[in-house]
Amino acid sequence: MKVVEKRQLLSAEEIGRTLQRLAHEIVEKSGGTKDLALIGVRRRGVPISQRLERIIRTFSGIEIPVGTLDITLYRDDLSTVAQQPVVQSTEIPFGVDGRDLVLIDDVLYTGRTVRAAMNGLFDLGRPRRVRLCVLIDRGHRELPIEASFIGRTVETSDTEIVEVRLQEIDKEERVMLVDRVS
Amino acid sequence: MLLIQNGRVVDPASRTDEPMDVLLSGERIVQTGAGLPVPGGAEIFDAKGLIVAPGFIDLHCHLREPGQELSETIETGTRSAARGGFTAVCCMPNTQPVNDSASVTRGIVERAARGGAVRVWPIGAASVGSKGEALAEIAAMKDAGIVAVSDDGKPVATSRLMRQVMEYCDSLGLPVIDHCEDPPLAAGGVMREGPHSLRLGLKGIPSQSESICAGRDVELAQLTGARLHIAHMSAARSLEYVRYAKEHGARVTCEVTPHHFTLADEDVRYDTSYKMNPPLASREDREALIAGLADGSVDAIATDHAPHHPASKEVEFDRAPFGILGFETALALGLRELVQKNRLSLVRLVELFTSGPARVLGIERKIAAGHPGDITIFSTGLKWTYRVNDSPSKSRNSPFDGAEFTGGPVATIVGGRFAYRRPQEQA
Amino acid sequence: MLLGLQHLLGTETLTREQITFILDQAKPFQEFQRHPLKKLATLRGKTVAIAFFEASTRTRISFATAASRLGADTMNLQAEASSLKKGESLLDTVRTLEAMRPDGIVIRHSSSGAPEFVSQRLEIPVLNAGDGTHEHPTQALLDALTIRDRKGSLEGWNVTVLGDILHSRVARSNIHLLTKFGGRVTLCGPAMWVPNEMTTLAPNVRRALRIEEALEGADVVLVLRVQTERIHEPSLAPEEYILRYQLTPERLRLAKPDALVLHPGPMIRGLEIDPGVADGPQSAVLEQVTNGLAIRMALLYHLVGGAAPDAPHPAKE
Repeated sequence: MKVVEKRQLLSAEEIGRTLQRLAHEIVEKSGGTKDLALIGVRRRGVPISQRLERIIRTFSGIEIPVGTLDITLYRDDLSTVAQQPVVQSTEIPFGVDGRDLVLIDDVLYTGRTVRAAMNGLFDLGRPRRVRLCVLIDRGHRELPIEASFIGRTVETSDTEIVEVRLQEIDKEERVMLVDRVS
Repeated sequence: MLLIQNGRVVDPASRTDEPMDVLLSGERIVQTGAGLPVPGGAEIFDAKGLIVAPGFIDLHCHLREPGQELSETIETGTRSAARGGFTAVCCMPNTQPVNDSASVTRGIVERAARGGAVRVWPIGAASVGSKGEALAEIAAMKDAGIVAVSDDGKPVATSRLMRQVMEYCDSLGLPVIDHCEDPPLAAGGVMREGPHSLRLGLKGIPSQSESICAGRDVELAQLTGARLHIAHMSAARSLEYVRYAKEHGARVTCEVTPHHFTLADEDVRYDTSYKMNPPLASREDREALIAGLADGSVDAIATDHAPHHPASKEVEFDRAPFGILGFETALALGLRELVQKNRLSLVRLVELFTSGPARVLGIERKIAAGHPGDITIFSTGLKWTYRVNDSPSKSRNSPFDGAEFTGGPVATIVGGRFAYRRPQEQA
Repeated sequence: MLLGLQHLLGTETLTREQITFILDQAKPFQEFQRHPLKKLATLRGKTVAIAFFEASTRTRISFATAASRLGADTMNLQAEASSLKKGESLLDTVRTLEAMRPDGIVIRHSSSGAPEFVSQRLEIPVLNAGDGTHEHPTQALLDALTIRDRKGSLEGWNVTVLGDILHSRVARSNIHLLTKFGGRVTLCGPAMWVPNEMTTLAPNVRRALRIEEALEGADVVLVLRVQTERIHEPSLAPEEYILRYQLTPERLRLAKPDALVLHPGPMIRGLEIDPGVADGPQSAVLEQVTNGLAIRMALLYHLVGGAAPDAPHPAKE
């Protein structure tokens, strides 16, 4: 698939500031951090969740547990693809029961990933509350799912792709809007 | 009258290898020579570029009639034989009922006379039911037309019985053909024991199963002075016993099948078209057999044509019956593996199909005036592909389906009449 | 499909890459066994035919559970209860199953080559759960996973296989797999069950008929079960076997101190293995069972999951 870069949505600096804001919002709007935990959705939700945890620890001194969730087995499109996607591991080293969970992902789009993530979470136990935090909300929902914490909302068309590039995975740091070219 | 013109006559029995015409009248050969005049009204067959040989004899085949007609009948089997260039075939007695009596023998002979495309020379059982206990009514069968005796499918069960069979058959002038196997050693085995059977997880039959029995038979042949013929020999060690016997004046002969000089145990995967008894042997055995075919230690090529109807072979390897087809690929394999690879001469190959088997049976096979009008005409250059689905045989169990050959049968004449002619567009 | 593989027939033809992929993919499924809710919808709507033409409880239950935890349904065929006894051929039995449209078939059969036979005639993926004395690939894979987890890697171990090697499909599959990773395999057992030609199966395979010699320096000891009755062959008295080949604590001490003991099960404590060893700290038999489930789930996910080979990749996340 060929893509052409259209414009930058967030620079490295802007990503940093957005994460700072999100981290503060999460703590403010959680009414206490007692049962709070962050779950990063693979792939790029993982470094984002780890950074948020670090930021929270830095300004508040509180350590919030972080887990990673792989949603491959919960996707709703597996029977339509020829080659099954590689399954990664889910590592949630704390009990899910009664927890105040924040799911963290890079982009919220159709909502199917979040639906799968919730299926995965509920197989592990019964959280008290689940909210969603995303770096970019690009619209085009196909399911009734909304985020409680949003870095930036962006209007996109169907052919466009929001590419979040993070140092830990992509060796560069910015968010790009790219267009599919046939 | 039929005049075969312009062919190259290769007749080992009369030491002929030269261009020559052959004239047949009625059921016999009446004249041979270069540039024969064409008698009025004679049919002419132009054999230019082709080899004209005495009619091939197959010492070992299974026609499955009576009793197993689902797999083959005398009619379908002989039509397949004719396509392979054979003018006479010796059918083994392991039918249902076993051919252990004059009445069954007569039944086969009559069936062949009515519907057989080539000559059928039955082999009678050595023991009643081939059970290895009582001697069968061999003399009565001889009157009915058997040419040899065997309990094929199995070895003659005991040394004691084999001795009796040999002595008795010797007095009747019949050769004894043995399927050499040591049943306790071979029991449950489905392929040659060796690194390949281990890899495939299939129970193996060691080559000693055959050679132990061949050794036994050679000893008894020396004891009795009888004519012994070792069927479908597959092991180098068995050939050593045969050589030893011949060197010491015993009347021992042997045959090798085309699949044993072509394939080896390494070719077995789980395709039941590679399952037969004796099983495909090692490369070393194959090499030794080819050397024996070349140096005269081996007397004949015989097909062991063993049809099994398709459903019976389309099963797990362990459960499949032993045996594969052989008539229609025998000559082509002989040409490809032996002559074209310079292992032996064309004349020697023809000998292995004609005067070699004839000697085993105690008869003559020659292109000369007065002899039966059985002629095999073949090409050494014809390019063709073997397609088992085109075979008149009722069965399809051949590992050579789709194989491309250079050289093959073109016309088969039995008793002065065409039993098979390759359609023109292929010749 | 799994890295180009449509069927799982044996380990002999698997590449290192494919084996490593399967072991890696088993990890998330190992974790999954610890979830309170062990039910996915991943293979929902798929049916896996479990066709066992040879008695087995453990492997059959393992495959059935694996399929079921992935959300698939199973069709269960057990030889005794089936028309195979009435003389129906393997081909017909399998065609009958196929007519009910399963998405994959797991087959165990007493004839070597039967899964290959089936794979050549059906359109669906075939997984070999053990064929005759030929291969038992999922066993070798779960053994490899157990070794890798316990020892940190799969490379270059000294592996001693103890028992009736000649008739063991587990031994063959393990030999093929471990030697691909630089394993050095020593085969040990009564002489008539360890023909010297078995050393030609793969590189770095040797034979040692004395257990003391075979165990020296071993990193992994794979104990095979002993079938005391054999068709077509005289059997060996159990006392004879115990005397010379039972894995006792004293004999195990000849191996490396951290040597791993594996057994494909079912074990006969007191025959091929001393009860103390079977239940001791070096034994990984229970992990083998859990890993078996993970391996089989990973295989079913990749081989039975998905659409027909020409289906498109998903466009969106």
